[in-house]
Amino acid sequence: MKNKKRLTPKQWFFGSIIHIWLGLIVLAVLIPVLWIVGSSFGSSAAIVDVKIIPTNPTIRNYVELLTETGFPQWFKNTLIIAVLTMVCSAVLNMFTAFIFARFPFKGRKPLLMFIMIFTMFPSFLGLTAIYVIALNFGLLDNIYTLVIIYTAGSIPGNIFLARGYLLNIPRTIDEAAYIDGASKIQVFRHIVLPLSIPIMAFLALTAFMGPWFDYIMPRLLLSSNENLTIAIELFNWTDPQSPLFNLPRFAAASIMIALPITALSIFFQRFIVTGLTAGANKGE
Amino acid sequence: MKFVTAIMSAIVWGSGQVLNKQWLKGLAFFAVQVTFICVELFTGTLRALTVPEGAMDIGGNPFLHFRNFGFFTRSLWGIITLGEIPRESSATLIFDHSTMLLISGLIAIAILFVLFLVYILNIRDAYKTRKKIEEGERVSSINSIRLGLESNFEYISITPGLLLILFVSLLPIIFSFIVVFTNYNTNTIPPRNLVEWVGFQTFIDIVKLPIWSHTFVYLFVWTTIWAFTATFTAYTFGMIQAVIISSPLVRFKKIFRSIYILPWAIPGFVSVLTWRSALHPQGPINRFLVDLGFEAIPFLTDVNWARTALILVNIWLGFPYFMSLISGVMSTIDTDMYEAAQIDGANSPQIFRHITFPYLLAATAPQLIFSVTFNFNNFGLVFFLTGGGPGDPSLQFAGATDLLITWIYKLTLEQRMYNYAAAMSVFIFVILATVSAINLRRTRVFKED
Repeated sequence: MKNKKRLTPKQWFFGSIIHIWLGLIVLAVLIPVLWIVGSSFGSSAAIVDVKIIPTNPTIRNYVELLTETGFPQWFKNTLIIAVLTMVCSAVLNMFTAFIFARFPFKGRKPLLMFIMIFTMFPSFLGLTAIYVIALNFGLLDNIYTLVIIYTAGSIPGNIFLARGYLLNIPRTIDEAAYIDGASKIQVFRHIVLPLSIPIMAFLALTAFMGPWFDYIMPRLLLSSNENLTIAIELFNWTDPQSPLFNLPRFAAASIMIALPITALSIFFQRFIVTGLTAGANKGE
Repeated sequence: MKFVTAIMSAIVWGSGQVLNKQWLKGLAFFAVQVTFICVELFTGTLRALTVPEGAMDIGGNPFLHFRNFGFFTRSLWGIITLGEIPRESSATLIFDHSTMLLISGLIAIAILFVLFLVYILNIRDAYKTRKKIEEGERVSSINSIRLGLESNFEYISITPGLLLILFVSLLPIIFSFIVVFTNYNTNTIPPRNLVEWVGFQTFIDIVKLPIWSHTFVYLFVWTTIWAFTATFTAYTFGMIQAVIISSPLVRFKKIFRSIYILPWAIPGFVSVLTWRSALHPQGPINRFLVDLGFEAIPFLTDVNWARTALILVNIWLGFPYFMSLISGVMSTIDTDMYEAAQIDGANSPQIFRHITFPYLLAATAPQLIFSVTFNFNNFGLVFFLTGGGPGDPSLQFAGATDLLITWIYKLTLEQRMYNYAAAMSVFIFVILATVSAINLRRTRVFKED
């Protein structure tokens, strides 16, 4: 494609301007990223000393993070929550979406509408209630409570997306299987599930990423130090009013979490675009 | 005879089924009833009833009182009265905790509702099976259970999801809706105080007390402006990038695309906190400006700068999403249309204005509307970037860049103004639910049914 035709001077001129513009945006995108990477190697916690290229680069921040803070434990907690949420919500949502997409049972539409309305109600508006319910059932300061809450929170939006995706898979395949005597669950496991891997990957990925950076629920429900998740301390380390303020440490921790997650989401980019367009009306 | 079995089942669950010779099913229904009665009896009723009347316990109140009854009775009494004895000192051993009572009341009602459904099912089943028997059909218990499972497959399958929603989403929402009608706030924190039902007093306060109504109107206007501006700027910028990158003059498209995707791929929480540090008075951006000979900009302490910062950071965070979305949609445009337009002599801006743009807008309208509602509630960005600040003394517990949602957060977690926060939640919920219901109705996913 590249050198198919020689560019006219006019095209060359416009081309240059476009590339300069694109380059500027690249800088705007990359500089904050590089800045946080650089600051993680900084040797001083004072904000004026935080630079892209630190004066005395050191890996002390990483070492301290792993040995002197509860980071390894918090990381483990968050990982457990994230993995369990991912599995529970992917299975539950795919199956429920399958029912809503394939079977015209009575009351389906009102139910679907009713579920969808919940996406409009931010979960923490019910914070007090969630707290008291957790208290009543003895679920406070327990990381598995968060799995339940995140899974429940993922239901409305995910069912909608997964259902949109399933509607695009022709029903004739299912029908052929039913004629061959397959049960509904078999059709789901052996036909629908393999075909919906892209949307399932998307749902799993979003469910996995959520817990790492949720601040409100852990703050509300977890109290003992060994049960905390990462987001809480991450926030304290960037709060200028907090005695824990330590930007390099925040930077180091962010990189250690954000790196795998960013890599995952770039790797799954194609599924993410699938997920985005699943609920959309592809331009009709 | 079919009415007899129905009435039998209405009194002793499952007895009608036994009469229909469906032992297994009958036993299952009976077990539910037994569990229900046992829970009620052994969580208090039995104790309360067996203690002789007039017996006094430590707190000096008669034992035979709703407070000492089983879970269901006690909870229903609790939600109606919200308690009668505050814990005035730590020496008070018998006291009522209003919000606990309110929530257990709701939980009890939810459980009773589910039980009621089972009860109806039980009666209906006793009636219908008998009818079939009278018509000469033979139905065994196991077979009919299998049949029931098969024909109710859909409902059984969605039950786990619905139950989760019921207890984790619906109950808290109902709680918020109900708290509006109480005086639950920092002056009545249980168990030291009792919360009371006050009807519409909270709404009257918000309308009548100037500081509340002023704050509400101010924040509502700002939140609305913010929701539209933030969406519009990020969308426009994303579209510009998508259109430019699609130009045949651009080389290394893949590299540009992968770099631009970064702000979207990096977790928002980390980026926003990074931006907060970058905009710090002595942060890198201000140091850079000072080095160039400009004055430092009070990004987070001046109202207009704080708002500008919010919008700019939002563009940084949001454009990759729209860029990807629009690039995706652009690849589905039929190239024949372009060729036809070119043959008719249209130039590129004309083609963009009359073909590409309307197409993109129509295709991305649902996401656009969703994005407006999302930004209306963009808690993460505002809370972590500006924290709602800078402060404004004319506002009640709010700063100048607070959205309604962050204000609610502050009212709930910092100020404990639960009833006012609940009123705001209800308000936001009504607005957004309406918008999203309209939005959903016109998408294909719903039309196709």
